[in-house]
Amino acid sequence: MNTRTDRFSKKIIGTPPSGIRKFFELIQGRDDIISLGVGEPDFSTPWLMREEAYYHLEQGHTSYTSNWGLPELRKEIARYLTRYGMEYDASHEVLITIGVSEAIDAVLRAVLNSGDEIIICEPCYVSYQPLAALCDTTLIHLDTSVNGFYPTAAQIEAAITPRTKAVMLCSPSNPTGRMIPRQELEKIAEVVRKHQLWVLSDEVYCELVYDGNTHCSIGSLPGMKDYTIILNGFSKAFAMTGWRIGFMCCPADLMEQVYKLHQYSTICAPIMSQYAAIEGLKNGWNEVEKMRISYRQRRNLMYKALIEMGLPVTEPEGAFYIFPDIRSTGLTSEEFATRLIEKHQVAVVPGNVFGAGGEGYIRCCYATDIQKIKTALSRIADMLQELRQ
Amino acid sequence: MEEILNLLQNNARLSVEDIAAMTKKTPAEVEQIISTLEKDGVILKYAAIVNPEKIAETKEKVRAEIEIQVTPEREHGFDALAERIYRFPQVKSLYLMSGGYDLQVVIEGDSLQEVAFFVAQKLSTLNGVKSTKTHFVLKTYKENDVLYVDEKRDRREGVIA
Repeated sequence: MNTRTDRFSKKIIGTPPSGIRKFFELIQGRDDIISLGVGEPDFSTPWLMREEAYYHLEQGHTSYTSNWGLPELRKEIARYLTRYGMEYDASHEVLITIGVSEAIDAVLRAVLNSGDEIIICEPCYVSYQPLAALCDTTLIHLDTSVNGFYPTAAQIEAAITPRTKAVMLCSPSNPTGRMIPRQELEKIAEVVRKHQLWVLSDEVYCELVYDGNTHCSIGSLPGMKDYTIILNGFSKAFAMTGWRIGFMCCPADLMEQVYKLHQYSTICAPIMSQYAAIEGLKNGWNEVEKMRISYRQRRNLMYKALIEMGLPVTEPEGAFYIFPDIRSTGLTSEEFATRLIEKHQVAVVPGNVFGAGGEGYIRCCYATDIQKIKTALSRIADMLQELRQ
Repeated sequence: MEEILNLLQNNARLSVEDIAAMTKKTPAEVEQIISTLEKDGVILKYAAIVNPEKIAETKEKVRAEIEIQVTPEREHGFDALAERIYRFPQVKSLYLMSGGYDLQVVIEGDSLQEVAFFVAQKLSTLNGVKSTKTHFVLKTYKENDVLYVDEKRDRREGVIA
């Protein structure tokens, strides 16, 4: 029987809200706070892409697209992926999604059965665990902090049980900016094949890598296409967060399943976002490069300053995050972040919200104005000074 | 070198220390590169880009773009006449153009009259000038990569990402 006390799904009641939210509530409406909290570009989408969307709006192209997404966009994506040594059939192996977020949800639901286990390499983006948990799976939290914030094949293999179904990777990583080295990916690939797992590879930061590092997708390694789901999108590289557009690639038999979820829950990604994305893939790469250089410069500045103020951190190879170790202050991540907002007007995200291994660290996003970064850094230094007295 | 130049072109007030940190060089190396760029005349000068509409006290300047058709001189081509024109302090920019006219002059003055007078008395009377066409600037939207509209504000909201 329906009662007023039983109005909501137990599963969703049991899903915790993201720990980041609490921190954003603290900064709401406060102009004095410099935020290194939000994980999104500080650039607007390159004008040529915005202008392309205008054109299509003018032309009245406002309908649904195919559930798969515009054929031209899928073709451009298939072409783009050859840069990373991957061959996908644009008609049955590429799906345009509402950002990477939708794709993660759909794929998890398409591969996981109740009772399965999924290995999540943490600290990681905050949606992986709750979305996987909603599939009645057991989450195996892999703490990558023991290895400088990327997972090793040995670690993954040690966590595998007969019930393990999938492993979730993200390189370059949110929240740490670290990349999984190619040699390690090769070993991970071997483990994945040996145990017949799915590997969900979130590669949304793959264009934002620095200093001669090159992105390697696990899906490009020999024999790995059958085991890999590529999750990627336009939000970060093309500064398109608000357009909600991403894509996923996987073998056609899995795609058939994912496609049903996508079709029933979203129909298709917004058409103007798809047209803008086509323009980006065709003509937007100079703009991407300018943004990449700018992020790299800010990373360099931030890394140097954090080291100089005595917060240990490995220089991140990619993304636009840096994840310094604040344990020397004796504070927990949350205590550090709360004090930093309340007394020094800088918002960062406490590392513990990203899962195992995040406690004792903070995530700073450096996709913000250079003067603001400098002010934020000097405020962090002030707080450290104060704590050390 | 190119990276430092790009940084300075975007913000000439960046300190040597910041540039060094951003490019992973030492301050001494950056200092050295900048002074070479200055010595070689790659960097001509450092100046502020001002939006005159925002200055309350000073009178707005009048800008005009003038198309000039000239008769090129033997031996000197366009250069000798160009030099005579660009030495006037009123001339802000001068370009040799392809197409329907030869020289494009950008002039700034205190009033319409002053600019008109300058064109009539100084430019059109120069030997070799065949004709001039004056276009007054009504509004500046963008100049040298800079938008002359209100500074954009960071509109990003607290979002879980």
